[in-house]
Amino acid sequence: MAKLKMSKKAASIDMTAMCDVAFLLLTFFILTATAKQPEPLPVQTPASTVQTKLPETGLATVTVGKNNVGQSVFFGMKDRDIRVATLELMGESRGIKFTEQEVAQFSLIEEFGVPVSGLKQLIAMSNANRNKSGVQPGIPSDSLNNELKDWIMYSRKASIELKDKELDFAIKGDAKQQYPQIKKIMDILQDQKINNFSLVTGLRAKPKTN
Amino acid sequence: MAELNTGDSGGGKGGKVRSKKQNSKVDLTAMVDLAFLLITFFMLTTTLSKPQSMPLGLPAKDDKETKIPPVKTDQRRTVTVILGGGDQIKWFHGLLATPEPNGAPKTTDYGKNGIRKILLDRVASIPLVMGDKEKGLIVIIKPTKKSTYKNLVDILDEMAICKVPTYAIVNDFTPEENKLAEELNK
Repeated sequence: MAKLKMSKKAASIDMTAMCDVAFLLLTFFILTATAKQPEPLPVQTPASTVQTKLPETGLATVTVGKNNVGQSVFFGMKDRDIRVATLELMGESRGIKFTEQEVAQFSLIEEFGVPVSGLKQLIAMSNANRNKSGVQPGIPSDSLNNELKDWIMYSRKASIELKDKELDFAIKGDAKQQYPQIKKIMDILQDQKINNFSLVTGLRAKPKTN
Repeated sequence: MAELNTGDSGGGKGGKVRSKKQNSKVDLTAMVDLAFLLITFFMLTTTLSKPQSMPLGLPAKDDKETKIPPVKTDQRRTVTVILGGGDQIKWFHGLLATPEPNGAPKTTDYGKNGIRKILLDRVASIPLVMGDKEKGLIVIIKPTKKSTYKNLVDILDEMAICKVPTYAIVNDFTPEENKLAEELNK
């Protein structure tokens, strides 16, 4: 009888397909990952154990922090169409006309902190200059000239007109921010009957309670 | 490791000079390793870097027309927490003038051995004292002007960790409470 010959198998596997898949996935994740936008007002958010993620759309953020000018408040909207509609409403109320180009440029600005009068100047700036510390002094939010209130009001109006949905609000404060400043923002929101909003926090591991 | 022996080992027949057959396979192991490492990195960073949010509901500010009569709560259920500067907390259980046993105003701090211990004790004990499961602890949070945003988030976090059934942020201070707050902020 013929001897049973063990066929010598090659010790290696063909990795070409695996490599293909791996790189396909890699490309997918790189492309879907959104690059972190530079923030004009960087803040150190306090950590908490809550696990709720911030929504990606239908959200407006009020950032309270300190830059080299002093205390300042910034406002940002997540949806581009709401940004456009809000700017138009805001311009109407102040009698400022924005060109189409300016509106288009504004829809790319994630967060800003200038009085309405300085908005045109801000839009004209380049992206890199805009996010330099100290360029944007913050939105006036005191009782004499409360532009923040108007921004909040018009963004809500825009959201209801466009999406038929109430805009959600989040307060993003610096951990070292004193409470009265935060309270001021909460009061501005509450004056417009926004009683439910979120506080933006970082992640901290959940402690064991038992 | 990952090479195929493309039989080129035979003792060459004859004197013909054969051009050496180049091994056409490339070792892909390292490349695949690297690709998967990067995939893992991008997968984790896309989901983990999103900021967390803490939902907060505040009671509606009472208008002049719809004045809600103040709700009387049992003093045995309320713990008042005054947030001061320098990460300090002053707390008392019950009324300030007539505190519950072990509830006289004391100074403590945030975290595991501070306010959490106090709250956890009371979350467990108050329903027993009241004889009703529904009547749990009520925490009244009073942030002073010296307290920071971090303090507020920390105390709200403690509420979530200790599972305090009812809590509220109150900004009014009685004169006695003001005195306590001043003591804390000295």
